[in-house]
Amino acid sequence: MSNETTTATDERVKEMSSFRNALIRPELGGIIGTIAVFAVFIFLAGDSGMFSSQGVMNWSIVSAQFMIIAVGACLLMIAGEFDLSVGSMIGFAGMLIAIFGVTFGWPMWMAILLTFAICTAIGALNGFICIRTGLPSFIVTLAFLFILRGFTIFLPQTIERKTIIGGIREAAEGDWLGVVFGGKILQGFFVYLGDLGIISVFERGTRAGQPVVDGIPMMIIWALGLVLFGHILLTKTRFGNWIFASGGDAEAARNSGVPVNKVKVLMFMFTAFCATVFATCQVMEFGSAGADRGLLKEFEAIIAVVIGGALLTGGYGSVIGAALGALIFGVVQQGLFFAGVESSLFRVFLGVILLGAVILNTYIRRLITGER
Amino acid sequence: MNAQTESTPIIEMRNIRKTYGPVIALAGVSIKIYPGECHCLLGDNGAGKSTFIKTMSGVVKPTDGDIVVNGDIQNFDNPRDAMEAGIATVHQHLAMIPLMSVSRNFFLGNEPTKKIAGISFYDREKADHETMEAMRKMGINLRGPDQAVGTLSGGERQTVAISRAVHFGAKVLILDEPTSALGVRQTSNVLATIDKVRKEGVAVVFITHNVRHALAVGDRFTVLNRGTTHGTAERGGITPEALQDLMAGGQELASLEGSLGGTV
Repeated sequence: MSNETTTATDERVKEMSSFRNALIRPELGGIIGTIAVFAVFIFLAGDSGMFSSQGVMNWSIVSAQFMIIAVGACLLMIAGEFDLSVGSMIGFAGMLIAIFGVTFGWPMWMAILLTFAICTAIGALNGFICIRTGLPSFIVTLAFLFILRGFTIFLPQTIERKTIIGGIREAAEGDWLGVVFGGKILQGFFVYLGDLGIISVFERGTRAGQPVVDGIPMMIIWALGLVLFGHILLTKTRFGNWIFASGGDAEAARNSGVPVNKVKVLMFMFTAFCATVFATCQVMEFGSAGADRGLLKEFEAIIAVVIGGALLTGGYGSVIGAALGALIFGVVQQGLFFAGVESSLFRVFLGVILLGAVILNTYIRRLITGER
Repeated sequence: MNAQTESTPIIEMRNIRKTYGPVIALAGVSIKIYPGECHCLLGDNGAGKSTFIKTMSGVVKPTDGDIVVNGDIQNFDNPRDAMEAGIATVHQHLAMIPLMSVSRNFFLGNEPTKKIAGISFYDREKADHETMEAMRKMGINLRGPDQAVGTLSGGERQTVAISRAVHFGAKVLILDEPTSALGVRQTSNVLATIDKVRKEGVAVVFITHNVRHALAVGDRFTVLNRGTTHGTAERGGITPEALQDLMAGGQELASLEGSLGGTV
């Protein structure tokens, strides 16, 4: 902040250059990356429809998916823990909704609420085991990666003799809670934009004259809402202070009276909650639940968080950064497709950017703490 | 200091015993701590210093003996009880998070909040302002309240921790080896901080095994050896050599003294 507050200045305290100051903000890598990625794709795929209304919606939805799980992973990582069961949790939650809502024929709102209850309870169990045994969360949640995936395949096979359960969209028809996850908003506004000719409209067929993109899916609203919630929780509340402290040094935090165990368990539950939001939006969109859903999502969430400037060791990071990491992810994954680049190169990109981000973060950590 | 010596002790430990199974860590230790004094607790490694201060701060329950706070017998069940009685501990491993800013560290666990639309938020302005105020009082120049604790020197961190404890109403401050890992300059800063805090009427319990540091600020000295105390000496009533001998149990060190030139 300002230097007027200090009356006597220490000659050894060097003024920090504003560049250095900016460098220790966790979002920096994410901001630079976002600008770079957009610049590259405007250049490579500017005329391929990537930046038309459908194109924007396409990578926005993919980015929103990454964002939803990145927010949970981000807060958990800052609190000093990992959750490798996120991907399996997505598959598991989707399958539960399908079994409750379609196979059992319960009302969709009940299926969704029950699934949220079960999944956050599993998140709490994850956290509880980590805290009670003192084992690294890496191992505990790795176990749950397999346990949950196993159940996700076992349950539908035993009950329905198949690994994909469809008919969710029909079952959710007119359900008040289904709309919260699978609906779209601002449809009138998009019709208006279409009428003005700002966005493209269908030129023929039964929907001629209607906009191609007819609203903002709830998936995106959830993503923005969770990012906002996570950011405020982390930076503007005392609980956010406790999240940083729990991951920065759990013992020191305990000595200061921070309920570290409670913070960690709550963050595990929040991560599970985010995974369930993802799963619910996805099954509402696809209309089906598959046993292979969410594969590798845990790593993608962690990578987005790390690109966003969080330290793998905890205690430092930013939700906004993680959201930018997710955006980079979505734009690149879809952008390569628009640019006509072989999509397998996406993984190469992933590895390279992950390595670069981790190296940058380690350097930043030294800047903050003054270590050498 | 004599006037204060005659007042009631702010905390008195009466005949504290602590056994861990067959091991006797403390075999009946009694001391009295008065407001505004710096009471040095000296002892070699394994003398029982750590166990003793843990009983004082409520981390460990004594097997036998009483803790008397302001004349009332209070046996602490947990650290929170001790904190409520005004006893704060600054640990060897500081309760500080290097990656977090000074002001966030300062208020960790006691964050000021303000309500906006019924939801309570962290009051960052207040935290920053009060942190800068407290730091200036202790003579630490911060670049700003959002400077990370990791950039502070070990001595400055001790000072932040001490002023934090005082800020939140500590009446007895237990400092566990605050100078053991510090250089000369930093040590003198910490000792100066102890002096400032003492003048505000806070009782300081200064644990150390460095006789010179103890003599620099201490008002009274208690030596622990093998779980027992060899009594409490007043400032000026004991020589550094005598203190050193008491800590070492009397013999081995005395014979070394010649070859080491008396500079232990």
